[in-house]
Amino acid sequence: MGESPRSPAPGAVVLALEDVGKSFGAVAALRGAQLELRAGEAHALVGENGAGKSTLVKVLAGVHGPDTGRVLLDGQPVHLDGPAAARAAGIAVIYQEPTLFPDLSVAENIFMGRQPLGSGRRIDRRELHARCAALFERLGVRLDPERPARGLSIADQQMVEIAKALSFDARVLVMDEPTAALSGVEVERLFTVARALRDGGAAVLFISHRFEEVFDLCDRITVMRDGQWVATEDAADLTVDQVVRLMVGRDVSSLFPKQDVEPGEVVLSVRGLTRRGVFSDVSFDVRAGEIVALAGLVGAGRSEVVRAVFGVDPYDEGSVEVAGRALRPGRPAAAMAAGIALVPEDRRQQGLVMELSVERNATLTRRWQLAKGGLLSSRAERATAAEWSRKLQVKAGRLADPVSTLSGGNQQKVVLAKWLSTEPRVLIVDEPTRGIDVGTKAEVHRLLSQLAADGLAVVMVSSELPEVLGMADRVLVMHEGRLVDDIPRARADEGSVMLAATGQGRTTAVAP
Amino acid sequence: MSERAGSPVDTARPTATPTPAAPPTERPGRGAALVHRLVVVRELGILAALLLLVVVTVVANPRFLSGQNVRDLLISASILTVLAAGQTVVVVTRNVDLSVGSTLGLSAYATGTLLVTAPGTPVPVAVLAGVVVGALCGLLNGVIVAVAKVPSLVVTLGTLYAFRGIDSLWASQSGRLQINAADLPDGFKAIAGARVLGIPVLFLVAVVVVVAVGFVLRSYRSGRELYGIGSDPDAARLSGIPVGRRVLAAFVVSGALAGLAGVMYAARFQTLDATAGTGQELFVVAAAVVGGVAIFGGSGSVYGAALGALLLTTIGAALPQLGLDPFWREAAVGALILAAIVLDRSLSLRLARRLRGRNLRGS
Repeated sequence: MGESPRSPAPGAVVLALEDVGKSFGAVAALRGAQLELRAGEAHALVGENGAGKSTLVKVLAGVHGPDTGRVLLDGQPVHLDGPAAARAAGIAVIYQEPTLFPDLSVAENIFMGRQPLGSGRRIDRRELHARCAALFERLGVRLDPERPARGLSIADQQMVEIAKALSFDARVLVMDEPTAALSGVEVERLFTVARALRDGGAAVLFISHRFEEVFDLCDRITVMRDGQWVATEDAADLTVDQVVRLMVGRDVSSLFPKQDVEPGEVVLSVRGLTRRGVFSDVSFDVRAGEIVALAGLVGAGRSEVVRAVFGVDPYDEGSVEVAGRALRPGRPAAAMAAGIALVPEDRRQQGLVMELSVERNATLTRRWQLAKGGLLSSRAERATAAEWSRKLQVKAGRLADPVSTLSGGNQQKVVLAKWLSTEPRVLIVDEPTRGIDVGTKAEVHRLLSQLAADGLAVVMVSSELPEVLGMADRVLVMHEGRLVDDIPRARADEGSVMLAATGQGRTTAVAP
Repeated sequence: MSERAGSPVDTARPTATPTPAAPPTERPGRGAALVHRLVVVRELGILAALLLLVVVTVVANPRFLSGQNVRDLLISASILTVLAAGQTVVVVTRNVDLSVGSTLGLSAYATGTLLVTAPGTPVPVAVLAGVVVGALCGLLNGVIVAVAKVPSLVVTLGTLYAFRGIDSLWASQSGRLQINAADLPDGFKAIAGARVLGIPVLFLVAVVVVVAVGFVLRSYRSGRELYGIGSDPDAARLSGIPVGRRVLAAFVVSGALAGLAGVMYAARFQTLDATAGTGQELFVVAAAVVGGVAIFGGSGSVYGAALGALLLTTIGAALPQLGLDPFWREAAVGALILAAIVLDRSLSLRLARRLRGRNLRGS
């Protein structure tokens, strides 16, 4: 670390990103991102899910090296080639998910690698615990420095992370959605600390979806969209509406043609579904021929709800009915038998067996029906797989090739084939087009629309607003584990969905 | 890390402290006390099992506690203890070293060969040679695990056979399939019987190793970082711990200690061929697991592992005294491992519940 003065003149630029680009494979997470953090300011970074905020944070943290562009510290280009380098440069990062060592004590977590040393370079435990206790005192946290981190609530873990950042006098404090799991009192305590750091000359970068917090804490706001910088303005010059418009500001393309279908009978009926601490009192109906989107921010509990509906996750209260028949909770096999299919969020982890062939993957859900006398016939597998890949236009070299050789879009079609071959009545798709190129996206959308037109009830969890708006007959919006709005197609636009998703919209009880 | 006078947070404290809904203060030291008690319960448990076993055996056969018998027992336990200490260093990082038995064999044979071909070699040099051979084996394991990022289970399974193969090849090529006591210099052979205040030197070596490893693991930054790596490798990377370097070092330590164990083996048995230490690796892992070292890393102490090694050795020695077929030893070890796992699981569940206690917040 250079011997830079700890408190530069207020307003001086401490850290800047210039034209930073970062790609993962073919996906560009950041393109021409820029950011400027001044000493003594609290700066907000806002954007939709997938706008590149978390990637930007990881560039600042030294986890990802930028492909293009520069990181400037006090006007000098720096290479943050690892978390240790970023920390040495005075950049502290508090991640969305706390990253603690569960088996080690709280004090050791805070001072890992920087433990106070006594004689013979031994760790001075007494001093370690004293310093930790002093930090907690400053933070007003009541935690035992010697207890292990295992079993701490998220809020307390967050406090440990903050104590860690505080312990090395960070000049730049980055907080990636730190308040998502905190209660009001805890948020206030966090903000007190952040303000104090800011007033002491540190730059604070605050990432949040909660606009009231953004406007409460921050002096300036930078908006990102699709990995790009959109605007940086003084918070005083902006309104919530303006920020939302900057975040989503793009045309809803006509790529997503949802055919109008007269909805039929209610096929899926969810009542009062509650899983304590995750989501509560979620009720909705889905009719045949309808596409219902579950919108909301990451962490709002959408995937958790559909997983509970399908029976992968347990729930504490409520009921799920398919065509009037109650489903036993926690039984995916029962859900499948009743006609529910779930295309999971993470197709590489949960949807496909990457090493198996296309045909094997496509027929995994039907292996019992295809088996004769307990033996699977390759011929039957191949025929079924061929039929479905023709229907879905899967572009695969040979059906015997491993599914890992296909493009993301085609992999997704194989997952769809796998579930559609069970002839479901309710199709749940979780982030159906994540990481898929634009052309294939449209194909997946056409397919979903076609399926709905054929009488399937479709529940689509999606974080992509254009997709939600283009495809859904109704948009159910979740915010922090609750269903806060039910917006019919006619009224759904980016503003209304985004406002509801950030907890700004009307919070009427949603009656299906 | 200088504490700034009048730190900004201090000035803001008045607004920070009045927290109406603040949770009840967690008594300082309470969490630590819980964990401490768990460790004590865990290690006292092994000690109690050991005592019970000894008492039962002594009742059946009072000669079990005769001086020579106890000394033999301690010497047998020493080799396993040194191996278990090295294994602990690797296992806390969420890795495993299955090649220690073969490393022991290679090191024992190398030391024996050195002493046979150059009988004038001073004993410390011979010991050092064995340790270096072991450290090189560990270095190879560590490089493949840390640099090539291959799971250690697979790497050390491979080197388990590779090192043994080198050992056999060497023994057959050199035309010295077996090294006998008669070939070894007297100075080296004297180690086996040497005592300080009536305590066998080999046992003292094991005690020194355990204390030294325990000290580093507990009181040095690098030692704590090993626990961090095993506790959560991603968090370790994010907090700037040089994960690769530390894991590499852990394997070198494990290899070096297996090398030392090889020298101890050579000194004790004095008859060496290419099969020395065959099958020891799983016994070593068993000792660590019985001693409370979590197989998925992050927790456990070298003292527990040493107690585990002592317990397993004592079982082996006690069964014949109880008139039981030595074959029962395997079954007893198996039962112990299962008991240890069940105990660990239930203790950690209870600890987790206690620690969580006040954190449960309604949604």
